[in-house]
Amino acid sequence: MSDPTPNLDAEERAAAQYPGARLPDRRRSVHSLGVNLAVSEWGDERAPVIFCSHGGFDFSGTFDVFAPLLAAGGYRVVVWDQRGHGDSDHAPLYSWDADIRDLLNVLDSTGREPAILLGHSKGGSISTTAIQVAPQRVRAFVNIDGIPSHRPPPDVADHERTKLLATELSGWLDHRRAAGAKVRRADTLAGLAARRGRMNPRLSKPWLRYLVTRGARKDADGWRWKIDPVLRPGGFGPWRAQWSMARLASLPVPLLGLLATESEPMGWDTAPADVKPYLPPRAELVQLEGVGHFIHIEQPERVAKLVLDFLRSAPA
Amino acid sequence: MKTRRLRHARIELALHELRDGAGRALLLLHGLGERSPRAAPPFAERWPGPVFALDFAGHGESGVSVGGGYTAEVLMGDADTALRELGSATLLGRGLGAYVALLLAGARPAQVRGAVLCDGLGLAGGGAEAATPSVVYPNPHAAAPPDPFALVELARDVRPPDYATAFVRQANELSGLERPISVCCAEKPDWLEAALREPGVQTASIEDALAYYAKR
Repeated sequence: MSDPTPNLDAEERAAAQYPGARLPDRRRSVHSLGVNLAVSEWGDERAPVIFCSHGGFDFSGTFDVFAPLLAAGGYRVVVWDQRGHGDSDHAPLYSWDADIRDLLNVLDSTGREPAILLGHSKGGSISTTAIQVAPQRVRAFVNIDGIPSHRPPPDVADHERTKLLATELSGWLDHRRAAGAKVRRADTLAGLAARRGRMNPRLSKPWLRYLVTRGARKDADGWRWKIDPVLRPGGFGPWRAQWSMARLASLPVPLLGLLATESEPMGWDTAPADVKPYLPPRAELVQLEGVGHFIHIEQPERVAKLVLDFLRSAPA
Repeated sequence: MKTRRLRHARIELALHELRDGAGRALLLLHGLGERSPRAAPPFAERWPGPVFALDFAGHGESGVSVGGGYTAEVLMGDADTALRELGSATLLGRGLGAYVALLLAGARPAQVRGAVLCDGLGLAGGGAEAATPSVVYPNPHAAAPPDPFALVELARDVRPPDYATAFVRQANELSGLERPISVCCAEKPDWLEAALREPGVQTASIEDALAYYAKR
């Protein structure tokens, strides 16, 4: 493997080390219908697969502490970068359907034995859909705050709602008009860490700086997140959280659902009471106190233990 | 026929000038799997301004994606790219293009001076609610354009009625037009039935609808 941290100064090299973080044991790529997707693996290649999907605007490097803990429990941990994210290709267009096809193509590259799917946020949601498409490929499912709930703001009048949508739409279209030539803003490593810290207020500075060394690259004029600048958080569309939630009930595999308590900009604020009516027969739902949306990044040890305990008790 | 090449994010789009002229443009949006006509259609004969037609991403002379990713919202961005070029326009869409015209009428109410919705391929889309999910791999050897991924994805694109009416309400509130949407369709999928129940949406012939917007 080539040096993952070329042209770094001493301080940046120090940032690329973090207690418990381990770069992937193996890296490869999967060609998914014309788009190259980066795949990272930890653990014994012959062990059962835990197949991990990161959240929207995230990347595989956020699993550098969590994945080795799962691997130490006797698993082959596979994490892939979604199109436009991490080290995967940027694509001309992005959609839910494209992500589902990509997920299944990467899953197929791990072999034919049913895998354990694990997904965070959007990764949990696309995994929920992928299990419905290919149930025979999955034997258990861990969903980390990837269960969107239906919570329309109750106190917004109809005409205000119209204006909110209008602002959202023109913002999105203006972004699309400029997106062809867009380049992410260059910053220092510490600057990017501070920006990520606004989304992850409970992560330590050294952990945030480490994540920058994995999710960003160093150009001549500074550090930039690798994520495709065409992608834009938030948004609108015909999709309803309720569709995802209701389909949870149909999943034919054991489910471990993890929820957070701390409200954050990227979170969905889903509460256990929202989910309980839709749990499939073999399900555990755990709400972790004092933790935000990025549960496995905030508390990798605690989440790894929960997952390994769940897998020990889940029938093969 | 002159063709302008525009860029929407990473896709190059073909905007065809079917008839030149001064004043506000009529912009034609084709249906699913179709492409722009090569000449101004007879119904546009009395339109006072120039007539343009846009090939959507994955269709006609426009560029294609890699591994799909087509949605009605992406196509709304395509149409918005043409709108930026034209300044303002009256939209006339067939099928899928009619749905996109409605979306853009709501999203750019100041620039879209009326949307005329006509029968055409892809009017219903994927229905009002998310269907049982499935993955379809189009034949990689299929002749393109149209991009077979565009055909599959845009035929499954879900169109909830209350999503469509949110766009109607924006056009109503923000366009300043009394009747910003005109429906000329025989087929009326759920989203269109819902739109027809909103104020500001009129039923008309194509010729009457165009005559109405030509004066506004």
